[in-house]
Amino acid sequence: MASPFLGDLINLLAALLLLIAFAMLAQRRVLSLINLFAWQGLILAASTAVMAYSSHQHHLYYSALLTVLLKVLFLPWLLHRLIRQLNVKWDVETLINIPTTMLTGLGLVVFAFNLATPISQLATTVAKSTLGIALASVLLSFLMMITRRKAIPQVIGFLAMENGLFLAATSATYGMPMVVELGIALDVLVGAVILGIFFFQIREAFDSLDLKHMEQLREK
Amino acid sequence: MEILWILGIPLFGALLLAFLGHRRWAPELNAVLSLATLAATVWLTVRIIAHGPMVVVDEMFFVDSFNIFLIALTAFVGFTTALFSRPYMRIETQRGKLTPGLLRLYYSMYQLFIFTMLLALSTNNLGILWVAMEAATLATVLQVSLYRTPSSVEAAWKYFILCGVGIAQALFGTILVYFAAEKVLGAGGTALLWTHLNQVKTHLEPTVLSLAFVFLLVGYGTKVGLVPLHSWLPDAHAEGPTPISAVLSGLLLNVALYAVVRSKILVDGALGTHFAGNLLMGFGILSVTVASFFLLRQKDIKRLFAYSSIEHMGLATFAFGMGGSLATFAALLHMTVHSLTKSAIFFTVGHAVQKTGSQWIDGISGLVKQSPAIGWGLILGSLAILGMPPFGVFASEFLILTSTMHRQPWATPFLVVSFGVAFAAIFGKVQPMVFGESNHPRLPHPPSLLPVFVHLALVLMLGLYIPPYLATWYHQAAQLIR
Repeated sequence: MASPFLGDLINLLAALLLLIAFAMLAQRRVLSLINLFAWQGLILAASTAVMAYSSHQHHLYYSALLTVLLKVLFLPWLLHRLIRQLNVKWDVETLINIPTTMLTGLGLVVFAFNLATPISQLATTVAKSTLGIALASVLLSFLMMITRRKAIPQVIGFLAMENGLFLAATSATYGMPMVVELGIALDVLVGAVILGIFFFQIREAFDSLDLKHMEQLREK
Repeated sequence: MEILWILGIPLFGALLLAFLGHRRWAPELNAVLSLATLAATVWLTVRIIAHGPMVVVDEMFFVDSFNIFLIALTAFVGFTTALFSRPYMRIETQRGKLTPGLLRLYYSMYQLFIFTMLLALSTNNLGILWVAMEAATLATVLQVSLYRTPSSVEAAWKYFILCGVGIAQALFGTILVYFAAEKVLGAGGTALLWTHLNQVKTHLEPTVLSLAFVFLLVGYGTKVGLVPLHSWLPDAHAEGPTPISAVLSGLLLNVALYAVVRSKILVDGALGTHFAGNLLMGFGILSVTVASFFLLRQKDIKRLFAYSSIEHMGLATFAFGMGGSLATFAALLHMTVHSLTKSAIFFTVGHAVQKTGSQWIDGISGLVKQSPAIGWGLILGSLAILGMPPFGVFASEFLILTSTMHRQPWATPFLVVSFGVAFAAIFGKVQPMVFGESNHPRLPHPPSLLPVFVHLALVLMLGLYIPPYLATWYHQAAQLIR
């Protein structure tokens, strides 16, 4: 059985991940948002690696490596490149009502922990208590997508949601089978590239990346 | 081994057309590839009829009576849509809407989309099912924005974000299923394999499975277009090229519903209650009712039929939720005839829109006088989708309605009112488009209407007579799902 220290370490990392999810919720600058996303990926990879070490599940090392390559290196690089090309590097979004958003976020965390408790009790992994955190960060990313009006922050919310799901998979079950994990990684990769193409299409069509212009198709 | 052909041909086709899609003969190549996929499917179907269900290639693929008919249907509609898209895309290209690059994208993604759906249907692994469903979104999202107009980009963005978020919920649901299964089957590859899960479904942890089902239903239900998760669907159908509307409506919705029903089988086994069925019935009846009232206010012909798809998928969902062999049989039949009828309607709508240059219902008139085939195709298709006898939709709706009266009488008035409203809305809007005067120019390429009448003939046949082997399939599948 794993030492309590490693279990605490995993909990610490998961808590940091949740903290970053909150920071993203309140972050106005696109550039900082991307950096926060990269940090979240790194923490995720670290917690996966610790989990792999403590449980001797060697395939988790590969998942950790995959996370580093995809979410710490490639996606942030892609996003940095995109905001440079699109000239929105210093974009600042006016967020209304940060306190309300934060309070809603807190409510979501409580809800997530309640939802996860019956499942956590059944879990046998080292990191069973992190399942609630994972679900909470999924919901926080979801909240971020709802509150944002610009394309890039919405996408970062989308990718951060995948981070939360990945944490849920590793904390509840030591990760999905490798073939599934590779498939998911492929989907995320292709999805991110397509989103990159989309930014250009949106800007061409609307002259801006602000999604408030998108209201032609509303049901009258 | 057939399964490798079925998946290999469209995958290879996607690669090939990524390079050759702008050539003059690319539409024919696309059709030939789809025909080859169909041929491989027929081969597999014959095998399954002769030998029963099978698990192949190291348990990676699994074909039983439930998915084989959906595989065959997918390959068939994939082929007829490729035939329809031949003149359709030629006309669009001639009108300067598409560049060679966009054509390559279109044809390549068309094949890739067929590949992802066939993979989703035939895989034995619930994780791969998820991956394939997400890949199907990715393959179609750039097609929805193919014309690069503001509204098409908006539709594609909504489609991507809503389905992406939805499908993320389904991933969480899949993780939960894996979590429950791992306790019984042990960690590793087999715990997500459908064949193994189905054997141990009664031993899976009920609380986890019921939570998992909620997530799976919300996730895959977004792709089925269940109300209130449907808002991407009319936009994506209306703004993309019409062949894509046809395959989205006729095929993708079916595949998503297939995923929901597969999940339901597991949950029913684990819970032994009617929990999953009740959820499906609730979402189903809500979709039928809401969509039929939305039909009344549509001004765009493609949106009109997109809402009709929501209505019909809602009806099938409701019938699956009701359960029992009769309702399940009817739901399977309904999936089949809806898919055939709706794609036929989109074929005629596509040509009608090209002919009149307008997607607005007010802008289209006198189709029968100008081009009888398009006009009659549209009116016959509309009557078929409205459940007029003797078409197949009548048979399935009649079966669903009668078993509703027996088993869930409270839902009968909702269904009857919705059918009435849908009839008034669609018939009232289609009739002036088809009859009356018009003076629209001829199309530069003869429209491809053979697929329309082949589909309608099949739907007519299914209304009058269901071939015995097909009936056996439906019965076997209904036994499995019930």
